[in-house]
Amino acid sequence: MTEHYVRDFQTFASNGAAGAPAWLREIREGAIARFAELGFPTMKQEEWRFTSVAPIAETRFTLAPAAHSPLPAPAEVERLQLGAGPRLVFVDGGYVRGLSSLAGLPNGVYAGSLAAALQAGPSGELARAHLTRLAHWRDSAFAALNTAFLADGAFVHVPAGCVLAQPLEVVCVATAGGSDGPKVAHPRGLIVVERGAQAVVVETFASLGDGVHWTNAVSEVVVGEGARVEYYRVQREGRRGYHVATTQSRQERDSYLGLHAITLGGTLARHDITTVLDGTGAELILNGLYVLGGSQHADHHTVIDHARPHCASHEFFNGVLAERAHGVFTGRIIVRPGAQRTDSKQTNNNLLLSTEARADSQPQLEIHADDVKCTHGSTVGPLDPTALYYLQSRGLSPETARSLLTYGFAAEILGRMRSADLRDRLDRLVRAELA
Amino acid sequence: MTSIEAQVLQPYKYGFVTDIEADVVPPGLSEDVIRLISAKKGEPAWMLEWRLKAYRNWLKMAEPHWSNVTYGPIDYQAISYYAAPKQRPALESLEQVDPKLLETFAKLGIPIEERKRLAGVAVDAVFDSVSVATTFRETLAKQGIIFCAISEAIREHPELVQQYLGSVVPYNDNFFAALNSAVFTDGSFAYIPKGVRCPLELSTYFRINASSTGQFERTLIIADAGSYVSYLEGCSAPVRDENQLHAAVVELVALDAATIKYSTIQNWYPGDEAGRGGIYNFVTKRGACRGQNSKISWTQVETGSAITWKYPGCILQGDNSIGEFYSVAVTNQRQQADTGTKMIHMGKNTRSTIVSKGISAGHGQNTYRGLVKILKGAEHARNYSQCDSMLIGDQCGAHTFPYIDVRNSTAIMEHEASTSKIGEDQIFYAKQRGLSAEDAVSMIVNGFCKEVFKELPMEFAVEAQRLLGISLEGSVG
Repeated sequence: MTEHYVRDFQTFASNGAAGAPAWLREIREGAIARFAELGFPTMKQEEWRFTSVAPIAETRFTLAPAAHSPLPAPAEVERLQLGAGPRLVFVDGGYVRGLSSLAGLPNGVYAGSLAAALQAGPSGELARAHLTRLAHWRDSAFAALNTAFLADGAFVHVPAGCVLAQPLEVVCVATAGGSDGPKVAHPRGLIVVERGAQAVVVETFASLGDGVHWTNAVSEVVVGEGARVEYYRVQREGRRGYHVATTQSRQERDSYLGLHAITLGGTLARHDITTVLDGTGAELILNGLYVLGGSQHADHHTVIDHARPHCASHEFFNGVLAERAHGVFTGRIIVRPGAQRTDSKQTNNNLLLSTEARADSQPQLEIHADDVKCTHGSTVGPLDPTALYYLQSRGLSPETARSLLTYGFAAEILGRMRSADLRDRLDRLVRAELA
Repeated sequence: MTSIEAQVLQPYKYGFVTDIEADVVPPGLSEDVIRLISAKKGEPAWMLEWRLKAYRNWLKMAEPHWSNVTYGPIDYQAISYYAAPKQRPALESLEQVDPKLLETFAKLGIPIEERKRLAGVAVDAVFDSVSVATTFRETLAKQGIIFCAISEAIREHPELVQQYLGSVVPYNDNFFAALNSAVFTDGSFAYIPKGVRCPLELSTYFRINASSTGQFERTLIIADAGSYVSYLEGCSAPVRDENQLHAAVVELVALDAATIKYSTIQNWYPGDEAGRGGIYNFVTKRGACRGQNSKISWTQVETGSAITWKYPGCILQGDNSIGEFYSVAVTNQRQQADTGTKMIHMGKNTRSTIVSKGISAGHGQNTYRGLVKILKGAEHARNYSQCDSMLIGDQCGAHTFPYIDVRNSTAIMEHEASTSKIGEDQIFYAKQRGLSAEDAVSMIVNGFCKEVFKELPMEFAVEAQRLLGISLEGSVG
């Protein structure tokens, strides 16, 4: 099943990607070899116990031609934007300048195509210093496949001390499978926020059309010393889309990262999030929400790696599962030897709205230091009947009471988002999904 | 080293060797060895067949390595699968038991002689591969309770054994269970008839004595409708430089409205401070709540073994059945433990409670791994899990890996875990109130484990507290 990707890679390497620098070509070669070696994971592997990627492995996906015409209309893309600030638009993994808008970005900030940045200049050097350094393609078949087909992507560089006033949005659109069969795109993101800088970045994944397609995304987020980053990731692809993503972040000392992952779309979605707190005093909020219905399946694997002492992490993941949906959550907190005074809290709550819905939750603690405060909690259950009864006794209809409580459950996660505008937009999005 | 960490080491108390003539089969495993064990036990043909079936299956299986423990490869051909004290074959009374054996169990504090009636406990003592004595059998027989060595049960109550053996842990369940099914030598068997409340605590004491042997015991307890039994097992082994394998299987069956309370105090030799020697404790324990309103409760205090790898579980088949798991696991020096439970909810209104307390000291690695599975038909199932870890020293590790799988939306499942250490400020406070540092630590640790200890039968709760104190000496103070 991996052979045709290797063949596609050979075509890709000899055609479109030939312009890439030599170091990148070398990484790609290594990555495709690693992918061929690893193959698609099976449910026998501990990390994939609850998620079968057989539908992906058994479908013949061909590489989507990046940013091909006809391009989507600007209105269609604007609709997908959460705010009204600057945006980078990618269609099937390729940057589209005509649909993007970069007005309002301060001087010195680079936001644009990774392919262009790699061509030359200081941005290319910077990209080289960070690209593929965090996302471990040696360990993951999907990250390896993405890396093998690495051609373009979003590159955001906020230099030291710079503050972005408005959220910067990256919109990745899949123009899903038309007559020429299922397509795969490998979007890539690299966000580097240097010392003392501040930024809010939103990455949205969506599909236009309702064909079968697969998005295999990798994003790397580097947060410098004392920097503050809010990173929103919204996945709202079509109900016939397959979505596999790897997000890796690394924080230096005294930095703050708020990572918010919202999963609403896709028939099968898997998101691996790995965050490393690699400097003393770093703080992380890892906040996630999945709202699923139909026969949707979403699997979140998170790792919070406390590599240095005096760091704090707070993780909250809520899942709303209706109809035959299946939600999987695996969250691991690692406290490395010597990472004393770690304060870590992890919560995963799942709401089952139907008897057919299913939730699997595996919160995990791996602790190698003694002076730490670590807790985790996990719940799975239906709506509280006493709360429903109370609301009905106050005159609400059973349906209203039910939807109010469900919304309240999801809103817990939204409430932790610091940017009020984005929070409102996401709130509307989630309510539409719940309705 | 902080003031909490420094204290003298106390050697393992039960590490003596009994010098007794033993009948040991040469090391190695083959169908012939299994036939030999079966023949020595005077077993019927169906039992031998079952053993061979398990052995042939075992050959096809691979040793599992998913647990969070590390150890060198085990050479299954270097282990002797049968060791028994040389004795006359049939015992009529305790007077005929080798006095050396009685002495051994007396040294371990096990009331094997009936004059210790006051202890109020019926004991089955297992020495290496065989059961050497079972006390209070007549008292129990009056109520129709069968309590004897499993090899005896195979000969005398084949219908019960055939019906239930392997019905909870099948011979092909996992690698170690298959090995056990092929070579198990002894263990206890208990049957509590309908409506009987067992008047005594039943107890088995396991002792590994011979070197280069493995102990593979098999325990089967059946509680018929409306009955109640409380069962306790204890274990110890001499100090040896080599690693010895202990791969036991325990099966519990609770029928309608029956209750089984199973307590374990495991104190196998843990190895020395450099991690040499010690018992590999790879155990499969499972209980089936077959009947409605039945209940199985596991309580374990795990202080010994170089490596502990066990997950006592409950299959909650009957409606309204209850499963409980209370555990204290201590790892000190180089000990490693990967332990927890499995609660499988199948029936309606089934409930389970998990309380796990892990204490790591020295270089100990303590892992809680548990599964809570609520199947589609388990309407209104309820689970509550709590896993707390305590770390003493900065070289040890505490890990928590719960697996939660819920397939019914009316079920409610809650899991909580925390990790903490004994604070210098807590010790300071206790010392300031006039307690010594040792007493303060012991008080805090005992308070940490209280929820589990209160589930143990009284005499054993006292024993457990004492054992915990000994296990932690050397790490606190």
